[in-house]
Amino acid sequence: MNSATQHIVARWEHFPHQADMGIRGVGVTLAEAYAMAARALTAIVTDPDTVLPRYEIPIEVHEVDDELLFVDFLNALIYEMATRNMLFTRVDVAINQHRVRAIAHGENVDVARHQPAVEVKGATYTELHVGQCEDGHWIAQCVVDV
Amino acid sequence: MDRGQFTRLDEYAWRVEPFGAMRVPVIIYASERLIDDMDQKVFEQATNVATLPGIVKASYAMPDAHWGYGFPIGGVAAFDPLEDGVVSAGGVGFDISCGVRTLTTGLTRDDILPVQRQLADMLYYSVPAGVGSTGAIHLNNKEMDAMLSGGARWAVEQGYGHNEDLQRIEEQGCMSGAVPAEVSEHAKKRQRAEMGTLGSGNHYLEVQQVTDIYAPQAAQVFGLKTGDVLVSIHCGSRGLGHQIGTEFLKKMALAASEHGITLPDRELACAPINSAVGQSYLGAMRAGINCALANRQIITHLTRHAFSELLPHADLRLLYDVSHNTCKLEEHEVDGRKRRLFVHRKGATRAYGPGHPEVPDAYRAVGQPVLVGGTMGTASYILVGAAGSESLSFGSACHGAGRAMSRHQATRQWRGRELVDQLAERGILIRSPSTRGVAEEAPGAYKDVTAVIEATAAAGLAGKVARLEPLIVVKG
Repeated sequence: MNSATQHIVARWEHFPHQADMGIRGVGVTLAEAYAMAARALTAIVTDPDTVLPRYEIPIEVHEVDDELLFVDFLNALIYEMATRNMLFTRVDVAINQHRVRAIAHGENVDVARHQPAVEVKGATYTELHVGQCEDGHWIAQCVVDV
Repeated sequence: MDRGQFTRLDEYAWRVEPFGAMRVPVIIYASERLIDDMDQKVFEQATNVATLPGIVKASYAMPDAHWGYGFPIGGVAAFDPLEDGVVSAGGVGFDISCGVRTLTTGLTRDDILPVQRQLADMLYYSVPAGVGSTGAIHLNNKEMDAMLSGGARWAVEQGYGHNEDLQRIEEQGCMSGAVPAEVSEHAKKRQRAEMGTLGSGNHYLEVQQVTDIYAPQAAQVFGLKTGDVLVSIHCGSRGLGHQIGTEFLKKMALAASEHGITLPDRELACAPINSAVGQSYLGAMRAGINCALANRQIITHLTRHAFSELLPHADLRLLYDVSHNTCKLEEHEVDGRKRRLFVHRKGATRAYGPGHPEVPDAYRAVGQPVLVGGTMGTASYILVGAAGSESLSFGSACHGAGRAMSRHQATRQWRGRELVDQLAERGILIRSPSTRGVAEEAPGAYKDVTAVIEATAAAGLAGKVARLEPLIVVKG
């Protein structure tokens, strides 16, 4: 970690897309950028802070590069959200040689408490970018279809 | 967009001559104002589509075109399998066969007003809507495959609706060529609890009143009068379609280079129609179309039941059902020769004109009903396919208002609760589990649907028949 990266605060954000929504994770490491992007994914649906970490769901995906891996990672989360009717407040991510091993922490959708705005259909290759910036921090982003 | 990029063909048609790797021109149908307001990404995406192998005539964009992923939303493109043409998962989209169906009710506004609030509540509780909502119908493996093969026809056989409904649905309610075995177990699992659910986002169920009739003859054929009450349902193939789209987007992106296809944008993922991946996708995508048709049929059944509880004399008959995210094999005349083409419509509606054999008997003299959804605070329109639309756009027209603003911007500008109250003052009752969802779908976040309709009509794609305003809106 160089002196510049020491000052980076991991964060997530949404960026505009006319019909859908862009999600971006920023972190000191690639894994942290993925984890932040996962939080941005939840934030499309609800405030991640309203979601309790009641259950742990393991996620594992493998791909040929970190960009395809990122889309696969998000789609694996979307699949678990859809089939388990869950939202995730936090995802612990480890990445090694284009393989993600993650634990997603969350609970079942509670409509009254979460006020879910919209469901996510899938992650796309639009505005897809995963990489390290000059100051050393990592970005992982793409547009998701809602 | 800068108008200087286009050659103006007439008042409502704009052309981009082929450059670089483009095989055909781009043609966008829009007014000056709509062109000015369109994102430059529409230009980029429409020109990218024009580079794909086997594309025929032009890459088209409808007046409601906006920035999509790969294809623009509002994009139409036809591909010839005999000229190495492709099929594209990105050209159909994640919500396979998303569409609109409209029902007449035999009721007028005056019948609805005394029970408007109860009807809104009854519909909201009868039709599952929003994130995490589940339907009452759970299909086992055999039933799932039967649904994926049979579409709305399967649903009617299960008791969800009437045989007459099928005559008023594209493909008579059942898309042929569906191959349930090409649909992954993941996709089927994602659908298990979602049959008969509306979804979220821009999907809705509306009770509407006819405010204006523009074409009395077509309106009479469609059974529409001023003051009539209609029901419109906008939704698609739910989780199953989303998963098919997700999986084939990746398969096609990875296989493109093996097929010698250079993708200017990975999201344009496509495969030759006559390849294993292409055929596999067509089988799965057609099953996705059937899922959407079955879903809208089940929601129709739930809607009929809700009406019958409060308004026993209501008679809900299907006017028509159109899908606007599809790829279909169609016969079109190109340069005097009939060709069988795979027509992609991504956020575009089929709009066949009078006499077309695919138009139901009852409507054939005037043309196909084209159902265009607006926003919860403005208007929707019923159009009729125009005679010239086949040569202009492979028989296609617009599908909605089209977003003008991102969801993010919308939530910064509007509060859901205030919108619900403002619309209630105007006599429009909103029912939704999410106030933020309502804010994201604020009428002001969309283009002016009337401008889109005027451009569609003036360009000769479809004619105006009726304008509808919402009385009740159920949003996911």
